Amino acid sequence: MSKPHLELTGVGIEFPTPTGPFRALTDVNLKIEKGEFISLIGHSGCGKSTVLNIVAGLYQATEGGAILDGKEVNEPGPERAVVFQNHSLLPWLTAYENVELAVKQVFRGKKSRVEMKEWIEHNLHLVHMDHAMHKRPDEISGGMKQRVGIARALAMQPSVLLMDEPFGALDALTRAHLQDSLMEIQSVLNNTVIMITHDVDEAVLLSDRIVMMTNGPAATIGEVLTVDLERPRSRLELADDAKYNHYRSEVLKFLYEKQKKVDTSQPKLKVVEEDDSSDEKEVA
Amino acid sequence: MNIAATIQKPFEPWIKLFKGELPKQTIASTIKAIVTPMIGILVFLMLWEVGASRVETSLGTFPGPKEVYVQAGNLVADHNRLREKEAAFYQRQEERNAKKLEKNPDAEIKIRKFNGKATFFDQIGTSLITVMSGFIIATIIAVPLGIVIGLSRTLNSALNPVIQTFKPVSPLAWLPLVTMVVSAVYVSDDPMFDKAFLNSMITVTLCCLWPTVLNTSVGVASVSQDLQNVSKVLRLSWFTHVLKIVLPSSVPMIFTGLRLSLGIAWMVLIAAEMLAQNPGLGKFVWDEFQNGSSDSLGRIMTAVLVIGFIGFLLDRIMLTMQKAVSWDKNAEIR
Repeated sequence: MSKPHLELTGVGIEFPTPTGPFRALTDVNLKIEKGEFISLIGHSGCGKSTVLNIVAGLYQATEGGAILDGKEVNEPGPERAVVFQNHSLLPWLTAYENVELAVKQVFRGKKSRVEMKEWIEHNLHLVHMDHAMHKRPDEISGGMKQRVGIARALAMQPSVLLMDEPFGALDALTRAHLQDSLMEIQSVLNNTVIMITHDVDEAVLLSDRIVMMTNGPAATIGEVLTVDLERPRSRLELADDAKYNHYRSEVLKFLYEKQKKVDTSQPKLKVVEEDDSSDEKEVA
Repeated sequence: MNIAATIQKPFEPWIKLFKGELPKQTIASTIKAIVTPMIGILVFLMLWEVGASRVETSLGTFPGPKEVYVQAGNLVADHNRLREKEAAFYQRQEERNAKKLEKNPDAEIKIRKFNGKATFFDQIGTSLITVMSGFIIATIIAVPLGIVIGLSRTLNSALNPVIQTFKPVSPLAWLPLVTMVVSAVYVSDDPMFDKAFLNSMITVTLCCLWPTVLNTSVGVASVSQDLQNVSKVLRLSWFTHVLKIVLPSSVPMIFTGLRLSLGIAWMVLIAAEMLAQNPGLGKFVWDEFQNGSSDSLGRIMTAVLVIGFIGFLLDRIMLTMQKAVSWDKNAEIR
C-alpha cells in the first residue's frame, strides 16, 4: 500500500489558559490522498480551524502530528498555502502585488522576472480577476478579495491547499459564484484541498469526502462521509438528485441530531437539551 | 493631493469666492463655510480689542489688533530696510575692490560680511531650520527604536517605564543639562555649528522623540494576526517581514506620531531658544521683553500670532503627508 499524501495521526492539542489547560482536540486521525477535496464541517468552536492550523504549521500539536509527503509538519510554509477567512490581503498592495509577494518569495531564483509576471497573471486569470488586478483591496468587493486570496494561495503551487471558511463572510450569490470558480479550478489543477465550512450544501457540492467533527472541548472526528458524485457537478442538476440529497441529510443528521449544540452566542441554533451526552457539554 | 492644496484647504471657500467660480447650489453652504469662521474671527478680534484696552502694563496698554497690525508693518519695513542696507554695503565693497584692482592687479582684496542685526524674518528662518533639524534627528532615532520596541514584548515592558518617565519632561528642565554637556563635549576651534543652535536643537530632539516612539511601537505591535500568518506561511525572512508587512502596516500610526512630535517640537523650540539664546523666534520674544520699549508688547504679540500660524502650517503639511501615505483611505484623518 502506498503511503498517503497527508496523514494526521493521533493529533491532540491543549491551550494554556489562566484557569488551566484547555483541551481543544483529541485523537484526530485522517489520511488524505493526492488530489482529494476534503471538507471539515462541525459547529463553531469544535476545533475545525485548529486542525487546519496544525496542518498549516501555525499551531503545534501537543501530541501526534501531521506528515506531508513523508515529512513532518512543524512550521508554516508555502507548500501548505492557506486561504484565510477574511482574505488577509495586504491592504496597501494591489491584487497583482499581493500575488507577486508570494510568487517572489516561493519562486525566487527558479523563475525569471518574465516568467513570474506570466505566472502571477495566469493565477489571477484562473480566479477571473484579470480585469481588476491593479486595484487595491479597498477598491474591490468582498468576493473579489477572496478570489485574489485564492489566487495568491494557488500561485504558491502548494501540495495541499488549506481553506479556512473561504466563503464564510460572503453573501449567498457571491458564494455560489466562487464555489463554481473553485470547482472549475479544481477540474484543471486537481489540487489536494482541505476546506473548513459551515455550509452543508457547500460541503456536499465540493467535496470528495466530508469530515464531520464532534463538539468541543476535546473534539475529534465523528464521521467521515464519502461523496460519490460524478464530476463536473452542477448545483442545478444536483438539487433534485436523490444521492445528493441523501448525502446532505446525512450531514444534517450528524450536525443537528447527533451533535446538537447549545450555543448561547447564536440564539437561532438554540436547542433545548434533554439527554445530556458527555461530548455536548459547553465550556463554562 | 499636493502640499499646497492641503494648506489651501481651509481657505478654499475664500479663494473660490474671490475667483467667483462657485456654482449656485453650493453658494449657501459656502457662505456658511465663510461666514461662520469670519464671525468667529471678528468676535475674537472685538473681545481682544476691548479686553486689551483695559490692561495697563508698565510698558503701556496691552496691544490690541490695531497695535499688532502696526508692529507687523514695522517688522516688515525693518526687514526691507536692512536688506537694502546689505545690498548697498556689498555694492560699495565691490566698487572699492574693483578700484583697488584697477590700480594694482595684485592687490589683496578683503571681502567683509555684512554684519547687520538679524531681522524678524531671519529669525523665523533660524527657528524653522532649528526645529526641522531637531525633528529630523528625532525621527531618525524614534522610528527604528519604535519598531524594535513594537516587535518585542519584552523590550516594550522593559523600556516603557523609561519612555513614560521622559515623555512629560519640560524642555526647560533639559536645557541646562544639554548646555553643559554640549559645552563639555563639543569643543572645536572652528565650530561648524553655533552652540546655541545645538542646545536648542538637542532639546527639541529630546522632547519630541517620545510620541513617535510610542505611536510607532503601538503600530508595529498591532499588525493584524492574519497578516502575520501570511508572513509565516510565506516564510518571509525577518528583514522582509519588517519591510513588507510591519512597516507598511504601521505607517499610519508612525505618521500620527510624527505629527504629534512636530507639534511638540515647535512648541518646545520657542522656550529652548529663549533660554539658549539661539537667534530665532524665542530669542526675538526674549529680546523684546528685555528691551522694554513701548513697541515691545505689540511686537511680542505679533510673534505669538506668527508662531501660531507657522505651527498650523507645519501641522497641515504633516497632515498631507499622513493622508498621502495612509493605505486606509476610509479612516478619517483630521
